[in-house]
This record gives sequence, structure tokens and C-alpha cells, in this order.
Amino acid sequence: MVTVGTIIYEPGNSTNKTGSWRVFKPIMDKDKCVMCENCFIFCPEGCIKEKDGKFEIDYDYCKGCLICVNECPVKAISSIREEK
Amino acid sequence: MSKVKIITGTSAAAEAARLCDVDVISAYPITPQTTCVEKLAEFVANGELDAEFIKVESEHSAISACIGASATGARTFTATSSQGLALMHEVLFIASGMRLPIVMMNANRALSAPINIWNDQQDSISQRDTGWIQIYAADNQETLDSIIQAFKIAENEKVLLPVMVNLDGFILTHTVEPVELPDEEEVRDFVGIYEPKHAYLDPDRPITQGPVGVPSCYMESKYNVQNAMNNAEKVIMDVNEEFAKKFGRKYGNGLIETYNIENAETVLVAMGSVCGTIKEVIDDLKQEGKEYGLLRIRTYRPLPINHIREALKNAKNIAILDKDITFGMNKGAVYTDLAGFLKDKKTTNYIVGLGGRDIRQDDIKEIMKHAEKAEDGETKWMGLKEQ
Amino acid sequence: MIEIRFHGRGGQGAVTAAQILAKAAFYDGKFSQAFPFFGVERRGAPVMAFTRIDDKKIRLRSQIYEPDYVVVQDPTLLDTIDVTSGLKKGGKIVINTNKDIKLEGYDTYTIDATDVALEVLGLPIVNTVILGAFTGVTGEVTIDSLKKAIMDTFPKKLGEKNAKAAEVAYNMIKEE
Repeated sequence: MVTVGTIIYEPGNSTNKTGSWRVFKPIMDKDKCVMCENCFIFCPEGCIKEKDGKFEIDYDYCKGCLICVNECPVKAISSIREEK
Repeated sequence: MSKVKIITGTSAAAEAARLCDVDVISAYPITPQTTCVEKLAEFVANGELDAEFIKVESEHSAISACIGASATGARTFTATSSQGLALMHEVLFIASGMRLPIVMMNANRALSAPINIWNDQQDSISQRDTGWIQIYAADNQETLDSIIQAFKIAENEKVLLPVMVNLDGFILTHTVEPVELPDEEEVRDFVGIYEPKHAYLDPDRPITQGPVGVPSCYMESKYNVQNAMNNAEKVIMDVNEEFAKKFGRKYGNGLIETYNIENAETVLVAMGSVCGTIKEVIDDLKQEGKEYGLLRIRTYRPLPINHIREALKNAKNIAILDKDITFGMNKGAVYTDLAGFLKDKKTTNYIVGLGGRDIRQDDIKEIMKHAEKAEDGETKWMGLKEQ
Repeated sequence: MIEIRFHGRGGQGAVTAAQILAKAAFYDGKFSQAFPFFGVERRGAPVMAFTRIDDKKIRLRSQIYEPDYVVVQDPTLLDTIDVTSGLKKGGKIVINTNKDIKLEGYDTYTIDATDVALEVLGLPIVNTVILGAFTGVTGEVTIDSLKKAIMDTFPKKLGEKNAKAAEVAYNMIKEE
């Protein structure tokens, strides 16, 4: 049923895990990472998250655009073919 | 204590917004609405009204600011006219689609070109399909009362739609006449406090307002607006009754008002201040033994088709007055809306008072005579000069 | 129903005069309505304003074409405008002038309102003065209600001065 004013009441309601759209997969080398935050800033999906002082990629929603690979100044992120 | 003041229509509108204790006002001044906005700014500045007055650079921004404010759960008011209303056009749909009970005063004024600041109803009629409830007031008292009623109608859970209260530019906005200002406490008791269950901001309950409505839900959302309009008919009637009980004034059944309609074969259908002049003419002719009737449409949206048909059931000649024109049909919008529902009657259309052309008592008499003799479906531009 | 037309120039307060008269009639227990001629307002341009007074609620919304009374605030208007247009035969017309003017077919009253205004207000603003004269001539409103309406319209001191000016004119025209 469509709500009054088409209001969405559940936060984070996207049930569509866009991670399945990936053809290429970024891989983060946490040892090379210098925490410059470039990938965090540029990721259009907000899939790069900080955990225990290091960045991590949320593969549930990462669409594999590889902008993070392009933006990383120390080449800490590489890309591989998605295996399904 | 209520008190009577001799005030203009724009002052009456501003007083109504103050009495309803609005939280947010955003408006841009335009003739002949300007004094309403000035008055409200004054109320806020001198502390008579505890509200946010958001200054903006255009009407587009004014209504957008109102939407933002209303979406947080604030009682919101704006006022405009003519080109200003036209500039709001695209945003008006958003207010109704998001189900935000904003109340707007519109001073009915012609649209350019040629530049014209005087009265007709082309501006609001052109916003017919935006999902706003439209009320047309016939005098300054009704302007004040309608704005008070408008908040109660708009904020009703079965409705939740924005309401536009229209008053004729200059003819009401710049005319002073006695207006009873009801007691502030009584008005606030009548309208209550706006406590929305659907649209408000709360950090502990994050929601998304105004999202994408994909094809699988867009039609339903619009159908919901139509349903709300259907519900509004009854709510408007109830509010009219409740208002009458509390304040002693009522406007027909809230949707339409009839005058001497029982005895008349020929009935004029009109909206706004011209209805006062029509009543005068009806009374004059009654003394000569001639019977004419008036059906005043108070709410143009929702258009109370069933009530109109029932009220006109004994009439033979229906003369529909339009202060607007839909080009390419040579008809006014009220006529085109009604004619299809009155197929068993003779209907004629009169384009009157465009751009402030005065509507005299003689014009009304001419319409009455014409309606009796004319062919079904005829259109006549009243007072048109030979060129 | 009584209909009154005011002639003035933009900035002379003709609209305010029409509104004050409407208020005064209301204080007398009558219904009233006042409105400007809906023109393009410019300072110095000829303007008109109207008042309707009745014992019952006023519903009529058309302009006034056949007034019972005409008030002329500025004598220079007589040269350019037909101030008696539509005025009922034998209708009263009150003119601010220091000349002796008689308009054929009408009951003409003159008062040097500018002189009174300069004396009492210290300013050549004649609208309240001429309202006093109008009240004296027609008796359509009481002088007490007129004074109350004037006091309501202006800030306290200015209101008192204007009420005084109206009363001076009222007495002057009564004595004539």
C-alpha cells in the first residue's frame, strides 16, 4: 500500500542489494592504505566504511564502478573480475 | 471577546492567520496581496504572533519554503496573487502530493499580457488541477472565516491537502467593511494544534519525504489525493456546521450557497464577490414579481457536482458566469466543468469582469434576460466593446 | 443606501477619508463599505474613492456611478474632471475652495479647507477637514462618530489634531 504523501518510514529501506550488479570487484590492501580518505570521499554509493582504524568495502552495495581504484594515490585498491 | 473592525480583505486574511497561531509564514509581496504580507510581518515583528517569517526572493521560493516548513510538522501560511501564483505552479503539485496542509490566501487578479493588476479569477482557475482545495470568498468576513476553516479542513486526517482561499483582488482586498474578529482563544480551540501523524521531523524517527514514486506506486499516490478530495466534501460541510455553532456564521452548506433558487426558472451560477451584486439584483427584480436564483460555488475544488445538480434540479436555464476563459473553447472553466453534468438543462456561459472590468447590476440583468432566450451552449462576453 | 464619491489627488488622503467615513457610519450603528477607484496610484494624479452607507449589510460590489454626494478635496480638479458626473439631481457637493462656486443643478457647499488645515494642523492636508464639513452639510454621520473614527485612524496626537480640524470645519459650515 502506498502511504499518505508517499512517505517512507523505514530508514535504510533499500532491499535491493546492488552488490550483485558488480562485474569488477575492488580489493583493498589495508597495509598499503595511508588513510587519506580519497576513496571514502569519492565512493558514489557510500560503500567505504571505517572500521577499527582501517577502511573497508561494503560488498553488499558496492556496484564495482572502481572510482576508488582510480582515486587511490598509493594504489592500495586493485580490481579483479567478479567471480559468481 | 470578539470585536468588529472596519478592515480590508487582506487585513482580514492576515488577522485570520494570526488567530490560527501559524508557526511559519513565507510569502513574497505582490499587488493586491501586499498588505496581507506586510501585516503578517508586522505581527511577527511586534510579537503579536510567535511565528517564523521567512523572507524569500520569489513566490517559487515562498511556496518551496512553506513545503519545507510544513514537512517538519509546522502550521504554515502563505499568500500570493496572479503572476506570483503562476510562478508557484510546479511546486503546488508537490504540496498536494506530499499531503502538506498549507493554507494560502490568493488575491484573484488577472494574468499578463497586457499588464493588468485588476481582478479576475484566471490565476487560481489555472491552478485547478494542482490538487489544492479551492475556496472562493464573497466578502471580507468570509475571507477571515474561510482561512480559519481552511486550517481545520486541511489538517483533518481524512483530507491532508493544501487549501487556497481566494478573494477578489481590489473588490475585496482593498475594500474596507465591518469584519468580526473572533476571540483568539476560541479560534485556537476551534482549529486545535497541528499534530501530524504522517509528515514531521523527529531525529528518533527518521523518514523520507518526497521520494521517487516509480510507475508501480505513482498512480496509487495520485488516487490517494483524489480520495482525499472526496473526503474533503464531507469535512468541509462538517467544519462549516461546527463553525456556525461556535461563531454563529455559516456559508451555505460549506460547498455551495443558494439564494432564491426554489422559485426560479433561471439560475445564475457564480463564484466570489460578484454574488453579492447578484443577490441585490435578485431582490430588486423580486419586487417587480420576477424570480431569479443564484447558486454560489464556494468550493471549486472539490467541485460538489452532486450538490450542484440537486440544487439545480428545478431550474430550466442555467447561466454560468466565468471570470476566466479557456482559450480555444470560447468558454470559461466553470462552464466546461459543469455543462457535462447538466445535460438535461439549458446552459449558457458568460465571460465577465476580465482584468477588472466592472460588473454592474445592469450586466447581471442582461445576463438573466439573455439566459432565458439564448440557445443551449451559447457564450457571451459581457460588456465587450465594438472594435 | 447612501453612496458618496470623493475626488482628490494621489497623496491627499481621499482613500483614507472614504475609510474614515465608513468607520464613522459603523460607529453610528450602520453598515458601511469604502473602496478606492482601482486605478494606478501616482502622487498628484486625480484619484477617486467611494463610501457606501446602509441600514443593512452591503452586498453590492460594483463601482458607484450615481452618487448621492460628491466631495472635492482639490479645487484644481474642477477644471479637468466632471466632478458632478452621475450625481443625482439636487445632490449635495462639498468643495474645498476659497472661491464662491455654484454648480448648476446641484446643492453646492464650499469651505476653505486648506486654510483650516493650515491653521489647525499646520499642514495643507484637507481630508479630515472636509469630512467635518461633509458631516455638517449632510448629517449622514454624527460628528462624535466622525471624531472617534479619526482618532482610531491616526496615532494619538495626530488623531486629536485631525479630530479638532474636523470639528472646526463642522462648526464653520453649520454656522453658514
